[in-house]
Order: sequence, then C-alpha cells, then structure tokens
Amino acid sequence: MTQKTLDKPSAYLSEATLHAILRAMLLSRRFDERAWLLHRQGKIVFHASAMGHEAAQVGAVFAIHRGVDYVCPYYRDLAMMIALGWGARALMLDVYAKPGGISSAGRQMPNHFSDRRLGVVSTSAPVAVQVVHAAGMAFAIKYKARLGLPTPDDAPRLALTTLGEGSTSQGDFHEALNWAGVHTLPLICLVENNGYAISVKLQAQMAIRDVSERAAGYGIHGAVVDGMDALAVYDTVYEAAQRAYNGDGATLIDAKVYRFTPHSSDDDDRSYRSREEVEAARANDPILRLRQTLIDLGALTAADFEEMDAEVRSEVDAAQAEVEAMPDPAPEDALADVFAPGRVDAWQS
Amino acid sequence: MAVMTLIEGLRQGMDEALAADPRVFIIGEDVGARGGVFRATQGLFDKYGGDRVIDSPLAESSIVGVGIGAALAGLLPICEIQFADFIYPAFNQIVNEAARMYYRSAGDWHVPLVIRVPYGGGVGGGLYHSQSVESLFAHQPGLKVVVPSTPADAKGLIKAALYDPNPVIIFEPKKGYRGIKGEVPEGEIVTSIGAARVARMGGDVSVFAYGMMAYYAEQAAEMVAVEGIDAEIIDLRTLAPVDRESILASVRKTGKALIVYEDNLTLGYGAEVAALIADDGFEFLDAPVRRLAAPDVPATPFSHPMQDFFMINPDKIAAAIRELAAY
Amino acid sequence: MNDVLMPQLGESVVEGTISRWLKRVGDPVRAFEPLLEVSTDKVDTEIPAPTDGVLLEILVEAGQTVAKGTRLAVIGAAGESSAPKHESAVSDATAPHITPVVARMAAEYQIDLAQIVGTGRGGRVTKKDVEAYLAQKQSAPPLSAAPWDIPGSGDLFSAKESAPMPTPPAAPNMTAPPPAAAPRLHPVEPIPPQTAGELIPHSPIRRQIAEHMVMSALTSPHVTTVFEVDMSAVMAHREAHKAEFATQGVNLTLTAYFVLAAVAGLRAAPMLNARWTDEGVFVHRVYHIGIAVAVPDGLIVPVIKNAGDLSLLGAARAVNDLAARAREKQLKPDEVRDGTFTITNHGVAGSLFATPLIHQPQVGILGVGVIEKRVKVVTDSLGGDTLAIRPCCYLSLSFDHRVADGAAGDGFLLTVKRALESWT
Repeated sequence: MTQKTLDKPSAYLSEATLHAILRAMLLSRRFDERAWLLHRQGKIVFHASAMGHEAAQVGAVFAIHRGVDYVCPYYRDLAMMIALGWGARALMLDVYAKPGGISSAGRQMPNHFSDRRLGVVSTSAPVAVQVVHAAGMAFAIKYKARLGLPTPDDAPRLALTTLGEGSTSQGDFHEALNWAGVHTLPLICLVENNGYAISVKLQAQMAIRDVSERAAGYGIHGAVVDGMDALAVYDTVYEAAQRAYNGDGATLIDAKVYRFTPHSSDDDDRSYRSREEVEAARANDPILRLRQTLIDLGALTAADFEEMDAEVRSEVDAAQAEVEAMPDPAPEDALADVFAPGRVDAWQS
Repeated sequence: MAVMTLIEGLRQGMDEALAADPRVFIIGEDVGARGGVFRATQGLFDKYGGDRVIDSPLAESSIVGVGIGAALAGLLPICEIQFADFIYPAFNQIVNEAARMYYRSAGDWHVPLVIRVPYGGGVGGGLYHSQSVESLFAHQPGLKVVVPSTPADAKGLIKAALYDPNPVIIFEPKKGYRGIKGEVPEGEIVTSIGAARVARMGGDVSVFAYGMMAYYAEQAAEMVAVEGIDAEIIDLRTLAPVDRESILASVRKTGKALIVYEDNLTLGYGAEVAALIADDGFEFLDAPVRRLAAPDVPATPFSHPMQDFFMINPDKIAAAIRELAAY
Repeated sequence: MNDVLMPQLGESVVEGTISRWLKRVGDPVRAFEPLLEVSTDKVDTEIPAPTDGVLLEILVEAGQTVAKGTRLAVIGAAGESSAPKHESAVSDATAPHITPVVARMAAEYQIDLAQIVGTGRGGRVTKKDVEAYLAQKQSAPPLSAAPWDIPGSGDLFSAKESAPMPTPPAAPNMTAPPPAAAPRLHPVEPIPPQTAGELIPHSPIRRQIAEHMVMSALTSPHVTTVFEVDMSAVMAHREAHKAEFATQGVNLTLTAYFVLAAVAGLRAAPMLNARWTDEGVFVHRVYHIGIAVAVPDGLIVPVIKNAGDLSLLGAARAVNDLAARAREKQLKPDEVRDGTFTITNHGVAGSLFATPLIHQPQVGILGVGVIEKRVKVVTDSLGGDTLAIRPCCYLSLSFDHRVADGAAGDGFLLTVKRALESWT
C-alpha cells in the first residue's frame, strides 16, 4: 500500500480499473492525433479534438454506471465515448462518415455522438440543448420511481450531461438546471471549462470565476475540480453520482481543463492565444499526470505504459485500414429515417 | 353520442390517455391546479395529481426540451405551450432537436412527444395572443402537424398524437374551443394522421381549410348553397403529412380550388397546397387556384375594427366562393 | 374569316409601322402572298397573307404604328361581311381563354370548342359547359367514366377517419393504487382450533422474503453445482495484509475476496451476469454484486455497485460499510437494488454447502460454505503425493437453467476457484 488518501473513492479502484482509465485516455489521444493527420491529408473533412479534456471525460464516466446511466454529451467528448465502450473503429466510422457509423450512419458531422445501447443521446450542434434533454431524462427516472412504474434493475438512475463553459451562457443551460433544482433531479452537469469558447475568453463569457457558483442560484450542489486530474474528477463525479442515486438532487461541476488544439480542424488558435500559453498547459498533460500517479502508486511501470501505448496505436492503425476501405453510404440513404414507423408500444401494466 | 365542445373533446382524450397509460403526463404553464388558462386540463390535476399534471417553470424551451428528454427515456409527455405566440423560445428544441432526432441518429432514438398549442385570432388577443404559426412547423420534415376543427377530431387527434412514435404538434383553434360543438364517440377513437376530412361534399368549388377556417368554410358553404353554389369543404386536419390524394381528388372533381387560412398570405400553409395543385392537378383546373388569407402585416391588431379587417370570416369566404364559382 | 395580325418582329420589338399595303380591299389573295410591308426598329419586311381568300377589310392604314398582335386586316370568302369582327376588335386582347381542364377535355373527346356556348366570365367555356355539351351528344362517352369524376379515388371518401382502435389493456389507476391484497403463496391448511402453539404474525420483511422465494423457486429451474476450493493462498494473503488494512480502518473480510473472484468468474461466464427475458437473454454491462446479510428478522441484500472496478481494499470497504449499515437498517433504497449477481455466505454458521435460491431476476447465486481444515492429497514438484492439511471450503453455485447450462456454471466456478487458489 502506498500513500493514498483513503477518504477518496478513487483510492478503492482496482489496478485493472486504473489501467482501463489510462488506456481510454491514451486511445482517445492516439485516435485524436491520427484524426488531425487524416484531416491534413485530405482524407477526412472535419475533426474536433478532446486533447486536454481526456481526464475530465474518462474520470467522469468511470464514476457512473457506464453504459447504463444516460449520457447527453457534447461534440468534444470522444474520450468519453471510449470510456463508455467505444473503440477506435467506432470513432473512425464517424470521421469517415461510413454507413456503419453508430452515431448517425454518415448523416452528421463527426463528433456528434449517439449510441442508444450505451444510453448516449444523439448530439446536435447548437449548444446547451442537451442539458435540457438530460434534465428531461432525469425527470423521467424520478417520474418512473414516483409512480412505481416497473423498471428493470439495470435501468438508468441518473443523467450525465457535458458542455463547454461558453455554452453555459445559453438560456437552455439556465432552464435545465432550474428544472433540476425545482424537481430535485438525478442529474450531473459537467462543464468542461477550457477557458475558451472557440476564441472568446472566459472573462468575456461570465463575470464569475467558477461556473459552479451558479449552482446556488438553482438550489443544487456545485463543485470545482481539477479537470486535468482523472482521479480527482472520478472522486467529484462519484460523489455527485451517489447524490443522484440517493435522491438528493443535481450537481453542477466546473472541471478546469485546457484545450491543447484549436477548437476544430477549421480553427486557427494562433490568432487568440500565445504558443507559450499552450506549451505551458501541455506540461500539465492529463495523460502524463495519470501515468506518473500510477507509477508513484506502484500500479504501473514505464514498460506497462509503453506496452499500452503500442497496443492502442495498433488499434488505431487497424481501425483506419479497415474503415478507409469501406464503401461510402448509398446516396439515396439520405432519404431514410425521417419518421419512425408504427406506433408506440401499448402499455403493459 | 355525447355532444361537447372542442375543448371538452380534447380534455376527454387526455383524460382517457392518462387513465390508460401511466407513461402519459402533462407539463406546461398553469396546467395544474388552474387547469390551464383555457381550462383544457381542468380537473385532471385533481384526478391524477401533481406528479402527472405538472406546472412547469415559465420557460417554453425547457417545457419542450424536458419533454424530449422524458420521451427519449420512454415516457409519453404532453407539453402545453400556452399560446402559439410564445412557442418561439422552444423553436430550436422543436425543430433542431425533436424533429431531427430520428434522422440524425439513423433511427436509433425517437421522440414520441405531443405539443399542444392554442393558436389563431379573432379573440381580441392582439399581436401576441392571436398568431397562426403552423406553416413554420409544417415546413420541418420529422415533425407531424395536426389541427382539429371538430370535438371528435380533437379527441381523436390527441390520441393519435400520443400513439405516434414521432413528435406531433397539435394546433388548437382557440376561438373554437367553446364555440365549436359536435358529437364525440364514447371511448377509444383515433383519427388517422395524414387523412383529410370531407366536411361537406359538393361539385362546384373545392374549399381547403383547417382549424377555425374549416368551421367557417362550412358556414360559408351553407350561405352560398341557397344561391345554387355547391361547395365542397375539405378539412385538411393534418398539415404534415398532407393528404395529397384527398386534395387532388377534390380538385379533379370540381376543377376549382379555394384555400383559406388565417395566417398571413405569403408563404402560409395554403401556398404549399396551391403548389401541390399546380404540380399534380394542373390538367384538372378550370380556374386559377385562389388563396384567401390574412394580409401581410406582422400580426393580428388588437383594435376590434382592425382585427375584423385582418381576420377571415364566413362572409369573406362566401364571397371568394362566389367569385370562383362564377369564373 | 381570318385575321391578319401585327407579328412580333424580334425579341425586344413590341410594335411596328405599316409602310404600305400591297393589296386593296376586294383583292383576292393567296396564302403566303405578300400582303403589306411593315417597318420596325430592327427590320423592314413584307407580311405574307395567312390564308387564301379575299381581302375583306383593312383595319390599320399605312403610316400607323400599332402594337404586336393588333388586327391589321380581315381575309375571308368573297361577299362575307367582316363587320362583327370589327366590333369586337377592341376586346380581343382579353378574349376568353381555355383553362387546362377544358383544353384536356376538348382533346380527349375531340370537341370543337367553337361549337359550345360559354357561360363563364367573358363568355369563357367552362368545364361545366363542356360536360353539358357532352351530355347532349348521345355519341359521347358516359360522363361518369371521366377519371376526374370518379369519386373516392383518393382517401377522400374512404371511411378511415375516426376508425375505432383496439382498446389497450387497462392500466391500474396510478394515482391511488389500491392496497394490494397479500397474495396467497400456496394453499395453506387452516390451523385447527385449540392447536397448541403460538401465531407469530408476519413482519413485512418476512412476507417479502417469502413472496420472493416462492416466486424465485417457481420462476427459474434451479441447478446447483459445487466445487471445493483450497483457501490457503487467500488465508495467507489475508494474514499478511490484515493489519495494514486495519490501519486504514478497513476490516479485510474474506467476503471481499469472494466478491472479486466472483467478478472474475462472471467475466469468464457472462451468461451468469444476465437476466432472462422473453425476447432473449439480457447480458449486463455492469457487475453489481449483492451480498446477502442476515439481519434480526430476516435477510437483506445490499449491492456493491460496479464491483468490477474495485480493488481488494475497495471491495473490503464496501462490504464493511454495507454490512454494517444493513444491520443498522441505514441502507438507502439505491443500495439494495440493481444487483446483477449475489453471494450468500451460508457457511458462517457451519454449513458445508447449500442450494441457494436465486435472487430474481438474476441468473446465479454463489453460496460460500464454512472454511475448515481438511486433509488433502497434494502433489509436490517432484510428482510425489503427500497428505497436507489445508483450509478448504465448498462453493455452491445455483443458476437458472433457462439461461445457462452446466458448462457455464462450471466455467464460472473454475475461474473463481483458480482466482482464489492463486491469490497473490
């Protein structure tokens, strides 16, 4: 036993789980790097990065019933999708807009994630709309419980939603958290606060330091966490999850992160932030931090990390080779899935 | 069969749905103890309680957005927007989210959502309690838009909307809430979404209308009948999807089409009906397609003389029928 | 009679001037014979006669400028009067037109529309006029055969509106559910009067357990399989780490080892981390392990959530915490639900093995027997057999034979056994 702080839930994670967290972050990073290269090669047309956000995304997902609880993500959450169960192949299908793509089968731009099997609700591009959906899903969880509707034991017990700090300026953010407060909803709203809404700095976005200060205005819990520290995020979200599971309401979390890349493949961040600032932030890389933490805990060796890195790189290579060779969607597939057929299932009491 | 008003038909439909299926619930402003500002949900709060007939915060985007989330999670929400004039804050949630969800997830997620919207003028509501906004929504693939003009259809359409796995907006002609009366069958009735209703059969002129205008058109048809003009009234009833075949069948019969809507003329719903007839009914036309609609001013004025000038009424419809019959 | 019209002599040309007439009124003319000369901005040209006949009248004299389409002259048979035409010359620009339907009907029935008297605006021949004309002509096809007159060809006349739908099954009134009568678990003989003894009323928890056990026994065909495990490695590990865990406030209970070993077993045999549905077997994505805990009036099963993520320390802490709060009745509702597999430690009172009943709707339950020292034949590294004294226990797995077969059950237990026997 090394020196862990035992009042933290993360102290009780198995070595295998700690490795799984690190691996999800690393796979996200290696995929992400590849996607930029593919974009510059002209093989794909768009990419938005999670680099710098991996700890916040993966740490949060490991603290909920992943693959069971509802997740309403935003466009930067590719590490989150990996933590929920996606591999490089699923991400690759999206960036290449191939027919087998889980999110939308080529209809949406990449990064607009969806996977109903994992409880992930389809994402759009106007920001903060998903926070309201998450409130509605949390509302449904509570509604079913109050009415005693039969729900399977493996049913979702909370809704996790994410957004950037710029999106918190939207009315939908306010409306959703107001609902969460009024109805004591099992909701976790995780703000991945990287300080820039594309180019607009935090100070131009809000007159407070921490987004979570607003929690008080909604009568919900607020927390601030170092979003570059995966285990700290795990601990904070774990606490929020227990609050949600036990009927004690919603939590607004401000996870401080840094976006290492431009906003998207169409952005050039040199116009609004210095290279020095970016380099300084890179010294705080969440993957290197978790790697060092695990080495210090005796849960990982440098060789383990090298092996893990080689393994995720080969997963990315294999996924690219396979997906690149796939046929594109049939043009007339554009006409399908406008309306759901049939009628809703009759109620079975 | 019981005779009731349009709003009673709606209420009975909601009441039966709430009783039959615990997934059904109502959210909106003042829908609870107050029973809605038009009393559409009167008595339902007492009968089903505050867990199922829920007063929302005063914020339309979240009324719809929370409804979307609940629908995604397997419930069957009925969201009430108090006046059509107030639906704009929810426009993004309806159009960008509810309408696109099935398509953008390639059929993975669907949104079985019902949005009830009192609409229309002639009630002294001025600019912001009178609007007809249906064409904005009928324009959106992925949304279904229905407009009842009889109490039976009010009940039948709300049932149909609840059973539909897609988002459905019901625009309710609020001027007819209490003015329109009719027989409503007991128990379960479901009006097919996508089927128009022949409100009156006739051979001289086809009149296409919906909501309050369908009701007025029937009155206008009786006015011109004594003059020997036999008008056919088609209550479109579902604007999206539109019942093309019923429209074209009537045009094939009469060769003359009058489209009546209380929205502004330009790019109102009737423009699409006219285009549809031009596309597929051209060879059957015996007169130009005519539209009778409100003038292109921003919205219904408040002053009664101005409102009456703005609004379509049975006399104006009768005049338009006469004009077309004489062509 | 035929009119001679001012032609449009160029795309942008809208009028022309009569230069001179080449014929006089009364002259015979032949088709295409030059009739007059016209001058415009772009061209000067002769205008040919449109037809054979006699030039009956000149309407526009030389020197005059008129718009395109203007009638210039009338050609007809000798002696024919052009007077009526002359009168209508002014209104000709708005002559009654033919609507699409009338044009189509005329073509279809080969009608000369000139023979029909129009009743429409400005004398227009209407669709009704054509219909009336056709009705008069015996030779005309029956009017009702016209496709646009067949009623009901679309949805218009079908009786589909307001069609009654089958009534969905009635749901209970959700707002005021009637208190459910306690279901009869099985036929019970009444106790004869004066029977010596004492009636202990059912506590809610007793009744709940009874209902659940009957339901479970009736729901799943239970099969139980038993393995024996050598617990030496676990006992040694526990001895070595007990004190260290204690310094961190955690009692290193043996149950924690069984929880982690069970997770390893479930990973190897996923069908045991599942549930039966009519549509198929639903395999869970998470490992939520229930621990049956005896409480004064029965049994309660708190659940270790996401046990698959936990270290031994994490599992031990969770077992300590949940067991303690179970005995104090301090568990939160969320902590006793969502289990995907259950462990029951029946050996605590000395039981060797058991046939536990499944905690529905799960698929399996692992019973842990008493750990006791047994004499075992062990084989040393040189292949020699010797007798050894080893702490051993029986592990009994009951599983739902609908979902899993013996191979899955034994695969699970084999993995659990290996995990425990090789604990480091």
